[in-house]
Amino acid sequence: MHELGIVMHVVDQVEKVAVENNVERVLKLTLEVGEVSSIVPELFTECFEWAKKKTEHLKDTELELILLEAVSYCRDCKKTYKTTEHAKECPHCGGNDTYLVTGNEMNIKDMEVV
Amino acid sequence: MGKFSVVEIKEDIASRNNALAAGIRSRLAEKGIFYLNVMSSPGSGKTTLIVELIKRLKADYKIGVIETDIDSDTDARTVADATGVKTVQVHTAGACHMTCQMSDEALAALGTDGLDVVILENIGNLVCPAEFDTGATANLVLLSVPEGDDKPLKYPLMFEVATAVVVTKTDVAPAFDFSAERAERNIRMRNNTAPIFAVSASEKRGVGELERYLRAEIEKTVSRAR
Repeated sequence: MHELGIVMHVVDQVEKVAVENNVERVLKLTLEVGEVSSIVPELFTECFEWAKKKTEHLKDTELELILLEAVSYCRDCKKTYKTTEHAKECPHCGGNDTYLVTGNEMNIKDMEVV
Repeated sequence: MGKFSVVEIKEDIASRNNALAAGIRSRLAEKGIFYLNVMSSPGSGKTTLIVELIKRLKADYKIGVIETDIDSDTDARTVADATGVKTVQVHTAGACHMTCQMSDEALAALGTDGLDVVILENIGNLVCPAEFDTGATANLVLLSVPEGDDKPLKYPLMFEVATAVVVTKTDVAPAFDFSAERAERNIRMRNNTAPIFAVSASEKRGVGELERYLRAEIEKTVSRAR
C-alpha cells in the first residue's frame, strides 16, 4: 500500500494550505499525476476516500486526478516517443541513451474552497 | 453549488519534504557529519553490512545509527550489541518508508553532536523509500544475489537515486541464476554514475573496497567543514 503513504502526505500538505488560507472546507482537490509516477489512480483514490474522513477540512472533498502522459527523449536521434509503449529503448533508432521528459509528476495543482 | 474560490497550489507533492531534506543536508554538512541512507529489499543484508562497516570505521570516526522498522527493535539491538555504537530505533507505525520529518526527529533523538557519521537503515522496501529524500549525504542501495539481477529494471527509481550500489551475498551466487554483468547492465540503464561494489559481508569479501570508497566520501564531508 504505497499509495497510502503518499495520500497521507498530500492530505497533510493540503490541510496546511487550508489553514494558511483560512479555508472552511475544501470542495475539490485536483492533482496532476504522471503516467509513470508509480501512483495507481484507483488505489490512490480509495486511500484518499479513507484518509479524508480523518481530516479537518477535507471531509467532503471531491478528488480529481489529471493524468499526464509520459514522454521520453532520445539523445541519439533527438526525437521523442511514448514511454509507456517503448520504455528505455528508442523506437526510432533503437538507442538506449534516453531519458524521461514528462510523466514522473506528482503535483498538487489547486483546490476549490469555501 | 454556491460561491467558492480557487486556491492555486501548484506544488510538487514532495516539495515540503524536499525543502526539509535540503535543510538537514546543509546543517549536517556545516557540522561535518556524513549521513548515509541505506536502502534495499527486506532481507538483503543491510544490517549485516552496516555492522561490518561500523567495525571497520569506528576506530577513526564517531558513528551513530538510526534503525527504521515498522515494528520491533531487533535491528537496533543487533547493531548496538555487535558494535557498541549509539543506536536509536524508529518505528514508522505502519508506514512503508521514512519521511524527512521522521528523519529529522530521529537525528534529534540520536543527538548528532560530536558524531562524524550517521548511518540510517531505512525500511526494507524497494519502492517508497526512494521517493522520500531523508536529507542524507549519500544513498547506498543494496541488491542481494538471491533477489535476482533484474531488480533495477523492476524498481527503477530506487536505482536512480542511488549514490552507490552494493551487490550483496556474493558468496551464495553459485546457487542462484545471478549474472554480475546483467546486474551491472541493468543498473547502468538507470544510473550512469553510481559506483558498483560486490561484497559478501559474512565472508568479509569485497567489503574493503566499499570501505575505502566510504572513507573517501566521509573525508570530503569532514574536511569541508574544517
